[in-house]
Amino acid sequence: MYDILIIGAGITGTFLARDLARYDLRIALLDKEDDIACGATMANSAIVHSGHDPKPGTFKARFNVRGNELYEDICRELGVAFKRCSALVVAASPEEEANLDILQRQALDRNVPVRRLNREEALALEPHLADSVTEALELSSTGIITPWEVAIALAEEAVLNQSDLFLSHRVESIETLPPAGDNDCPQKSRFRVTARTPDGQTHTFDARYVIDAAGVYADQIYAMVSPAQADPATRRFSITPRKGEYFVIDHEETPLFQRVIYPVPSEKGKGVLVVPTIHNNLLIGPNSDFIDDKEDVGNTAQALSYVREQVSKTAKDLPFHKVIRNFSGLRPTGDTHDFVIEEAADVPGFILVAAIESPGLSAAPAISEYVIHTLLAPKLSLVPRTDYKRRRPFLSLKDVSPAEYNEKIRENPAFGHIVCRCEQITEGEVLDAIHRPAGARTIKGVKKRCRPGMGRCQGGFCEPLITEILCRELGLTPQELLHMTDDCLQKGGACQ
Amino acid sequence: MNTCDLVIIGGGSAGMAAAIGAYKSGIRDILILERDAEPGGILLQCIHNGFGLHTFGEELTGPSYAERFTGQINELGIRCVTGALVLHLRADKTLDYISPQTGYRQVKARAVILAMGCRERPRGAIGIPGTRPAGIWTAGTAQRYLNLDGIMPGRRVFILGSGDIGLIMARRMTLEGAQVLGVAELMPYSNGLQRNIKQCLEDFDIPLFLSHTVTDIRGQERLREIVLSRVDENRRPIPGTERSFAVDTLLLSVGLVPENYLSEEAGIVLHPRTRGPLVDEALQTTVPGIFACGNVLHVHDLVDFVSAEGTQAGESAARYLTDGFADSRSILAAPADRTIGYVLPQTVHPDRLDKPVEFKFRVADAYRNVTLQVLKDGQVYKEIRKRVLLPAEMEKLTLKKDDLLDVKQELAFRIAAGHIDAS
Repeated sequence: MYDILIIGAGITGTFLARDLARYDLRIALLDKEDDIACGATMANSAIVHSGHDPKPGTFKARFNVRGNELYEDICRELGVAFKRCSALVVAASPEEEANLDILQRQALDRNVPVRRLNREEALALEPHLADSVTEALELSSTGIITPWEVAIALAEEAVLNQSDLFLSHRVESIETLPPAGDNDCPQKSRFRVTARTPDGQTHTFDARYVIDAAGVYADQIYAMVSPAQADPATRRFSITPRKGEYFVIDHEETPLFQRVIYPVPSEKGKGVLVVPTIHNNLLIGPNSDFIDDKEDVGNTAQALSYVREQVSKTAKDLPFHKVIRNFSGLRPTGDTHDFVIEEAADVPGFILVAAIESPGLSAAPAISEYVIHTLLAPKLSLVPRTDYKRRRPFLSLKDVSPAEYNEKIRENPAFGHIVCRCEQITEGEVLDAIHRPAGARTIKGVKKRCRPGMGRCQGGFCEPLITEILCRELGLTPQELLHMTDDCLQKGGACQ
Repeated sequence: MNTCDLVIIGGGSAGMAAAIGAYKSGIRDILILERDAEPGGILLQCIHNGFGLHTFGEELTGPSYAERFTGQINELGIRCVTGALVLHLRADKTLDYISPQTGYRQVKARAVILAMGCRERPRGAIGIPGTRPAGIWTAGTAQRYLNLDGIMPGRRVFILGSGDIGLIMARRMTLEGAQVLGVAELMPYSNGLQRNIKQCLEDFDIPLFLSHTVTDIRGQERLREIVLSRVDENRRPIPGTERSFAVDTLLLSVGLVPENYLSEEAGIVLHPRTRGPLVDEALQTTVPGIFACGNVLHVHDLVDFVSAEGTQAGESAARYLTDGFADSRSILAAPADRTIGYVLPQTVHPDRLDKPVEFKFRVADAYRNVTLQVLKDGQVYKEIRKRVLLPAEMEKLTLKKDDLLDVKQELAFRIAAGHIDAS
């Protein structure tokens, strides 16, 4: 039996798991995918926004501002990168300048550091702003992170502290269990969650509390336990995926932009951004299109050309010839226009953490704080764990001194064997990513943890080496790793 | 810090030839840094034959061709550290590398030859829409899986791009039992060698779809289907021409890019078209004492030419180390207009030439029955009739010192007259 079962190992699920693991609780974290952070957490703008733009009075505004305050320390504790890189919101017309006024006032109201810049001042900071830019707001508390690195580190720390992680577990049903006898015993499970693994087996988990952090599926997960939610006429909320597509530009010693560049926001969201990443790439995107299919993360030619066209309004000289990848992600957009964070009114003990679209990444630590201290603390006894363990940060040999490098190579020659030339990753680092708690089990899992395949060759040189290492270390077959199931290989029909 | 007369970055066909060229010109303190477990570079996974016709007058497989050079390297006792990746290269010719055997080392070279080769353009570089399942590889990655690791990466295959590796892999996958449904090429002509079109596609009845591209990719975990569309003369997909192919594998052969991140770190100026260093007739880059050859300089069609360029770079580096280069005026060599893609070398020092200059160039489009014009300072100096000129095949033109001495500023190349093939 678990005290708390969390559905969804994205950024909110992993924050909750890690923060709850500080207490003496039994925690399970389930995800349908074969790794942590496979949904919106894997595909977003990777920004910790300052909190300047959500509407006043919303959870979005409150948790974004608080999340921004919390992130830097949390990342330091976890041993993952956080960089307060600052941001500019740029305007190109009198109407847009008027919008800057509103944003500036909003930021001041929230104690978000803000400064108004004229064109020359803005250009002094970012020389490649578009010629049409007339004014800008500087938001110096804006930060960047690598979202999946944060989520993986959180999950790892949760596992290190006795939480159970169940990947490739797709929740199929949630039963509410009858109360125990006359006096409702608080120690008894209220839920029985059934999940299916890819081998066709089902597994059941009993839990006192269930947290629904299932991203684009959060509405459907809730419907499993709530007849009211299952009925479109009476449901609390529904989620429609809103797709955003991006370009990734190869990293450079000094990326063309040092700060996040926002256009003036519209009803469609923050608009097409230019974002430097922790690893000195540039992200350009996203667009914003509502779609029907919760699994559709394909790119489209129309969206990509829209992104290129839009970004030219804020930035120039972007090196599109250095694009190494496109990707797209789905924002779990609720029809509530705000995050849904509450105990379900009709299902005691079922906690909704839903509709976490932008600024969900920025808000995640504050959402977790609120759920634990406001929603759960009155019901659960939160006894801090006395033996709380910290994770050991990933080794990154790229930044160490030659002497330290040699020390590592002496320790293990695998640290002298570069497997990824683009990102300069050694076999030793790959082995570390595989063999730590919540370690990598797939080619993509290695890529997410220590970056081989993230570079300009996109795995062309390193993928066969990573495949070989994973097969050797985990006893897997290349067929499994390359998804060469009989099923997929026999489905091919005749050419139409 | 250790010192070394000549450090060669890369032990593939260019680097080995450069080492041998330098050795034969009297240099003894040579160090080759090779990232793989043994020298040979990409040749080691090219198990098909057709290598060495120009150099050895016979058709060798890639590994046999490489062996001719590794044999000489061993005989001459030239040092080669394998498993060594160069992490940094600076304009003062110091470099950092690591390998499991040596650990982290820094070395100061008196001369450096860049021979890092090239890499394949990935899917992201051409922005194919669709999902991102497993089953999409560059042709070279699939070649490695198949030829070095013994892993057959798929059963029903489509190939985008008619570069030589794509053509070779169409045949290779077929021989291994896969069904190759077709090869698509964006341009109205193939980017591969004519002999590969014949031997790898026509002989196996594999269709070549010219003026076509992949416009959608479907499948979640593994590739399920691709959509092929015809493109118009501006290379834009034509709506209504889509047709789908149920495949589990898509191989990309959509261009090679010289691997120049170290060159960039050293401040070497790159050419926007070749994406390799700007060089003079000695293959010296814009940083004195750093030379470049092979696919890191510009992408070649034939390994024989890579080896020849390597030899030349080795000899030039030896000359730099023993005699140095006297200061001398330089002229530019460049395309006169858009009919020519690039000309290499980009600068020439006419007064210090001790042998003819072999200019290498590629045309920007396919041409038939045309005239190649060479211009000195804007005046036509030489005209050569050409029956067929294809972007896929590198052209060469040798000019003697006497031809170049009276050029004041620029030697230029263009295609004129005759029929320009627009098909």
